[in-house]
Amino acid sequence: MASMDLVLYEEEIHLLEEVLQRLRHDSNARAVFLIDKNGQQMASEGEIENFDTTSLASLTAGNVAATDSLARLIGEREFSVLFHEGERDHIHISIVGKRAILLVIFDERSSLGLVRLRVKRASGEFDKIFETMAEKATAGTRNAGAVPTPFSEITDDDIDALFSD
Amino acid sequence: MTFINYAAKEINCKIVYYGPGLGGKTTNLQYIYSKTSPEAKGKMISLATETDRTLFFDFLPLDLGTIRGFTTRFHLYTVPGQVFYDASRKLILKGADGVIFVADSQKERMESNVESIRNLETNLKQHGLDLAVLPYALQFNKRDLANAMPTDELYRVLNYKREPTFEAIAPNGKGVFDTLKSVAKQILVELRKR
Repeated sequence: MASMDLVLYEEEIHLLEEVLQRLRHDSNARAVFLIDKNGQQMASEGEIENFDTTSLASLTAGNVAATDSLARLIGEREFSVLFHEGERDHIHISIVGKRAILLVIFDERSSLGLVRLRVKRASGEFDKIFETMAEKATAGTRNAGAVPTPFSEITDDDIDALFSD
Repeated sequence: MTFINYAAKEINCKIVYYGPGLGGKTTNLQYIYSKTSPEAKGKMISLATETDRTLFFDFLPLDLGTIRGFTTRFHLYTVPGQVFYDASRKLILKGADGVIFVADSQKERMESNVESIRNLETNLKQHGLDLAVLPYALQFNKRDLANAMPTDELYRVLNYKREPTFEAIAPNGKGVFDTLKSVAKQILVELRKR
């Protein structure tokens, strides 16, 4: 099951954040998030202090998972874009690099058309980053055992200490 | 699927509470939420019907502290137990690092327990996961009820792979943290092996 793990290194996070920053700026969005399909937040930019980001990531992944199943029920592979319209704030959700979800929260300072346009451009950049990450992960699996991870040194005492109180 | 973020120094794991409807999965989470300090937990989300039956999932993020400099975070999910919500159950299992099966000790619910474990096995397979190797614990809940079956009988029928087994009374917390700790430990031990 190790190959299914998602490992993000600083260098990759910075690359993802750069694209997110640009997307937020160009689309005039309030905040942008990159979320793993299993509900873990990978990176974010913008007014994130105004949001419960953990809940946002989990609910977005649930939303996408449910909608994907709906798509398959009617013979579609997926609905690649979801849009939720509120009175003031709106949410644009799209799939990038096959395994991640891009969430854009925007208000009247932007528009659906602008967000769609900028998301499309950013998606191409994310795809490339994820491809490189996947190649790196495959190479890492091939060399497994050569370089020990910090977790190979975890002791029983370390684990017990987590549950001490 | 453990998510390791080297930039933020975080390990994120997902534990799913599985089992038949009205077995006490949500009650397990509610007890954990009520007994955890505010700085160690996030908001608990329950996507439930008007009659408080789980419709999609409950979600509780927990921060267990640091291990080797990495913040260790567990995301706890419950599935909807009712049989007809199978499509939703399948979705929640995606990327699970460990599973806790909450069995209902009542005699009348035995068949539902058995059916739910079979369903768990099938749904895990669809995600390429194997219950035989996945971190897993079995909880016999509702031990306080008069019609609760003897634990050795429950074990004989429900034990899957000699997994750690716990007796529980979820509303007052008996066995709740012991079950959680057992699976969390198994996940971290797995992480060490990689």
